Amino acid sequence: MQPSELSSYLIIGAILFALGLFTVLTRRNAISVLMGVELILNSANINYVAFSHFGSGNSAGQIYAIFVIMLAAAEAAVGLAIVLAIFKLFHTIDVEAAETMKD
Amino acid sequence: MSVSTAVFYLVALLTIVSAGMVAFSRNIIYSAFSLLGTFMGVAGLYIFLGADFVAAVQLLIYVGGILVLILFAVMLTHRITDVAITNRAAGRIPALIVTGGLVYMLIQTVKTTPWIKAKEVVFAATTAKIGDAFLYEYLLPFELASLVLLAAMIGAVVLSRKEIKE
Repeated sequence: MQPSELSSYLIIGAILFALGLFTVLTRRNAISVLMGVELILNSANINYVAFSHFGSGNSAGQIYAIFVIMLAAAEAAVGLAIVLAIFKLFHTIDVEAAETMKD
Repeated sequence: MSVSTAVFYLVALLTIVSAGMVAFSRNIIYSAFSLLGTFMGVAGLYIFLGADFVAAVQLLIYVGGILVLILFAVMLTHRITDVAITNRAAGRIPALIVTGGLVYMLIQTVKTTPWIKAKEVVFAATTAKIGDAFLYEYLLPFELASLVLLAAMIGAVVLSRKEIKE
């Protein structure tokens, strides 16, 4: 693990991805699931920027990372709005409680 | 060990420990606040990778926007008094086995693959390059991104407003 090696960043990204996947798999709270998705997106971004820095040397990876951050913002806004709508309807945000499409 | 290596270890530790808090904490408020540590740590990693603009964007959008949004959603959907039991988790052991195997496989792959490296790694200011790329090569995706954000904003407003019945 050195700051001047590609593999150390990739390992951090892999650990972050696994923790995000664990959060998505185990949580029953919709907001926590969204937090796990944010962790996964961050791990992908680390890989993009690391490959851009060590591999190609151009800034295409950084631009992709900015697009990912932008889509994450849109995803968080819409996802949390859906969570609030579910909470209004079912009075809980347990993902197992919301299993019908209409009331 | 030089100072920059020590700082790198500190940033990596901050990122991973707070991500672990997000995954394992029993209290959703703790989870939400440790997400702050993860986002800051990832921004630090971007600085180590010479991506100053992406680090600033990370701080502005994730810490300033998404985290505040998540905290608002937590506050709006829970009564603060029963916060300790709201972050239920199920099926931890199978999930731990699956993700443990996955992270082992990923780390082995990272270690055994001969990654192609650039001849020299440069640290230069990236903002001007990224601005040029957005207005020449990536102009269409850039404009589409603004459209997506507008649609997401309107969709969020429509989804979360109160319906007024006549």
